[in-house]
Amino acid sequence: MAIVETRNIKKYFGDVPAVNGVDLSTEEGEFLVLLGPSGCGKTTLLRMIAGLEEPTSGEILIGGQVVNDLPPRARKIAMVFQSYALYPHMTVFKNIAFPLKAQSVPKETWQSKVEWAASMFGIEKLLHRKPRELSGGERQRVALARALVREPTVFLLDEPLSNLDAKLRTSAREELQQFQRRIGTTTIYVTHDQVEAMGLGDRIAVMNQGKVRQLGTPQEIYHEPADTFVAGFLGSPPMNLVEYDDTIVGFRPETFLPREVFGVQDDLVAFQFKVTRIEYLGADRLLYGFLGGKLADAHVISRLPSTVTASIQQGETYEFVVQAKDLKFFDKETGLRTGPRPL
Amino acid sequence: MPAVLRRLKRLGARGSHFGIVALFTVFAAFPFFWMVVTTFKRTPDLMNTKNNPFLFNQPPTLEHLRVLFFDTLYGRWLWNTAFVGVLVVAITLLLAVPAAYSLARLTGRGGEQLGIGIFLTYLVPPTILFIPLARVVSNLGLKDSLWSLILVYPSFTVPFCTWLLMGFFKAIPRDLEEAAMIDGYSRFGAFVKVVIPLSIAGILTVVIFSLTLVMQEFVYGMTFISFASQYTVSVGVPTFLVRGDVYFWGSLMAACFIASVPIAILYNFFVDRFIAGFTVGAVKG
Amino acid sequence: MTQKAMTTVETGTQVARAKTGRLTAILDSEIWLGRLMIAPAILYIVLLIGFPFLLALYYSLSDITIGSRTMSFVGLKQFKAVIQTPLFQQSLKNTLIFTFISQALVLVLGKVLALALLKNFRGKWLVRLLILLPWVAPISLGTIGWLWMLDSIYSVFNWILRAVGIFGPTTWPIWLGVPHLAMGSVIAVHVWRQLPLATVILLGGLSSIPHDLHDAAAVDGAGFWRHLFQITIPLVLPIMIVAVLFGMVFTFTDMIVIFVLTRGGPYDTTQVLASLAFFTGIMGGDLAEGAAISLFLFPVLVAAAFVFLRIARRAEVT
Repeated sequence: MAIVETRNIKKYFGDVPAVNGVDLSTEEGEFLVLLGPSGCGKTTLLRMIAGLEEPTSGEILIGGQVVNDLPPRARKIAMVFQSYALYPHMTVFKNIAFPLKAQSVPKETWQSKVEWAASMFGIEKLLHRKPRELSGGERQRVALARALVREPTVFLLDEPLSNLDAKLRTSAREELQQFQRRIGTTTIYVTHDQVEAMGLGDRIAVMNQGKVRQLGTPQEIYHEPADTFVAGFLGSPPMNLVEYDDTIVGFRPETFLPREVFGVQDDLVAFQFKVTRIEYLGADRLLYGFLGGKLADAHVISRLPSTVTASIQQGETYEFVVQAKDLKFFDKETGLRTGPRPL
Repeated sequence: MPAVLRRLKRLGARGSHFGIVALFTVFAAFPFFWMVVTTFKRTPDLMNTKNNPFLFNQPPTLEHLRVLFFDTLYGRWLWNTAFVGVLVVAITLLLAVPAAYSLARLTGRGGEQLGIGIFLTYLVPPTILFIPLARVVSNLGLKDSLWSLILVYPSFTVPFCTWLLMGFFKAIPRDLEEAAMIDGYSRFGAFVKVVIPLSIAGILTVVIFSLTLVMQEFVYGMTFISFASQYTVSVGVPTFLVRGDVYFWGSLMAACFIASVPIAILYNFFVDRFIAGFTVGAVKG
Repeated sequence: MTQKAMTTVETGTQVARAKTGRLTAILDSEIWLGRLMIAPAILYIVLLIGFPFLLALYYSLSDITIGSRTMSFVGLKQFKAVIQTPLFQQSLKNTLIFTFISQALVLVLGKVLALALLKNFRGKWLVRLLILLPWVAPISLGTIGWLWMLDSIYSVFNWILRAVGIFGPTTWPIWLGVPHLAMGSVIAVHVWRQLPLATVILLGGLSSIPHDLHDAAAVDGAGFWRHLFQITIPLVLPIMIVAVLFGMVFTFTDMIVIFVLTRGGPYDTTQVLASLAFFTGIMGGDLAEGAAISLFLFPVLVAAAFVFLRIARRAEVT
């Protein structure tokens, strides 16, 4: 097990910064997720940690050791690729044994090690098959077994679930998490899927334009976003962001509810909400519309759980409220979080 | 009535299709057929304009084959060709495989340009180079030696094979090499352990292609070598067996047929890949 | 971080360090490995193609002969002298006739054959194998087959022509001995030899046309000829250019068919630049003049390379 740390790491492709000064440190045995839209630099960051890309500047440490000059094979890491990168000319057994061969592990122990790794993912029966004879889910397990067999100090996973269909993805997510808890190896996981990130990560690093915008637990990221990007990236639909003087006010759609939902005692902030469109989604209703009054014409969304039965009509204006603690404030210039202020 | 007409028309179309294919096939294959027929005919039968040349007017004979293998240097030439072929293939692979990989993966954007540049040298024909090369070969003391051919022949195999292999290597997903590097191999180790085993088909293509080119080569062989015992098949047969006015047609035809057909059958399996190389993606798919 | 974890990693990296000598550092470096792997091929090409090519240029500007130990620079004298000889002019003319007629035939026949082979039929693999034979068999040997079939006395064609009554029992054409017949024979053999390559290239082009397009044309009511000229040919044009390009280059620089069949005769009526260069430079020993003659082949190659590059670039863009 080891801690991975990056110090002011940068990567330029020509003049274009892909990763632009990232300081990040995992904790021992942690499941850290790098989350961000495509092109945010998360995969480049992972590849630099793996040693597949050379940083333009900055340092990478694994277990306290600067590894910048070490080739990938000397970093004691394992990586699972988005495509799984199984060697098509080898059987599953040989695929899993491949790292052992490279490390000149004595041949007698291969069998037991491969079987151990295979048993972790329940693929003992597939050892004699070729990758092309496997389903997507089986391939993913083989890739994981191959990563596990060399007992790395760090796992690097690059969107390993994105090639699975939606149903399989949910169960694979669960297995992956259980597996990581069991072996307790530090894991860095790259994804653009916020549901995966929230479900898997001990902590999430939200990245955009080559920088880490926020590092925190899923709860912190969701409820206390550090800036407007994080606020707008997470949640579906994302946080409502409304300009007010030199501030931006943010509140989640599910905290933006009709007045009658709350009692009198709550510390409430009230808005006039003109509903222009209603989407019925079964468990929820999404209301699209505009605010009135001081925040005139700001476009916002409300998400009503099906437990809220208030009758809402398209084209009508209602009094909606947000609890004061659910209002987040951001600086208009920098987009960074600021302290609360009265509206 | 129209149904019958349509049927006739369809029959006619099928008939003309068959006719075209048959005509071309005969055009292409007739000389080889004729080689076989001539090989087994007795000389007096061949040399009689009154005889129907399609019939065996006298019983068939193996005499021409006996003459070819025991009274001429043909066996020696076959051996020479094989010797040169094997070594040229080895040199070609040694030069072209790493070069193609380098162009496909390691040299970045410039690789593509350089690759096209290398391919274009394939268009520089022996007929421009043979005069200076004759001088170079004799200065190196390789005149009349098979080694002169082994030295020079890769000049037409390497450019095209590099180009072909570059295409093969590019088609291998990069992830596989990166996975191998993470699994414990060096950049070069990944190439040896993953890329090469995955390119066996491509490498085999290059082997066959180089062998055919070596068998075909004529100009250099004739320029550099003047001892009959050092000829390759494609030079020895037309220059040495066709000497003076006496032609041993039976033996000649046998010589041509034996050296032509086996390699042609091998080549047939790989032809689509060569075409892909020739057409440089002028056609997609 | 725990102390234990750190030490494990440290030992791991130390092992790796120990293994990472200078050689393995190169084996891991993309840039150096790239240079190292391409260097032998480049070196070889420079030494055995680039250098001889420059040497050919140099020879053509000198008065070198095969026996001479010294040579002096004579500038463009060789070229001027060569151009003025009737033999060169004849050969140039022959080369152009030989190339253009044979390529035109190859293109038309190749197209017809490719269209015929586009359909599936029983025994297609065998037909393809037989049609490829002339291209794959060593050309010097295939041509000997023709030499026999075009023999002045025992030609099988003559027998057939006599048998069907076109010629009397005592008259027959001497295929390789009469100027026009000789050129015709040489062209025919060359077409025979090049047809397979052109056909297979064109076939590749034809079969890559999406089937939808043919269907759409059929629905639109295009007949065979309109279909051919408005759909098929425009779509395979790039690949036709490639086929013609290779054909041109191979034909323009080829001397094997001519060397085996006629040695340039009769009366140099089938002499082409490549064979003339051979006879002058190697047989005649005049390296300088031979080099000058062969360099006249070069402009064509430059033109071919230019076209090729344009196609390659366009293929990249799309």
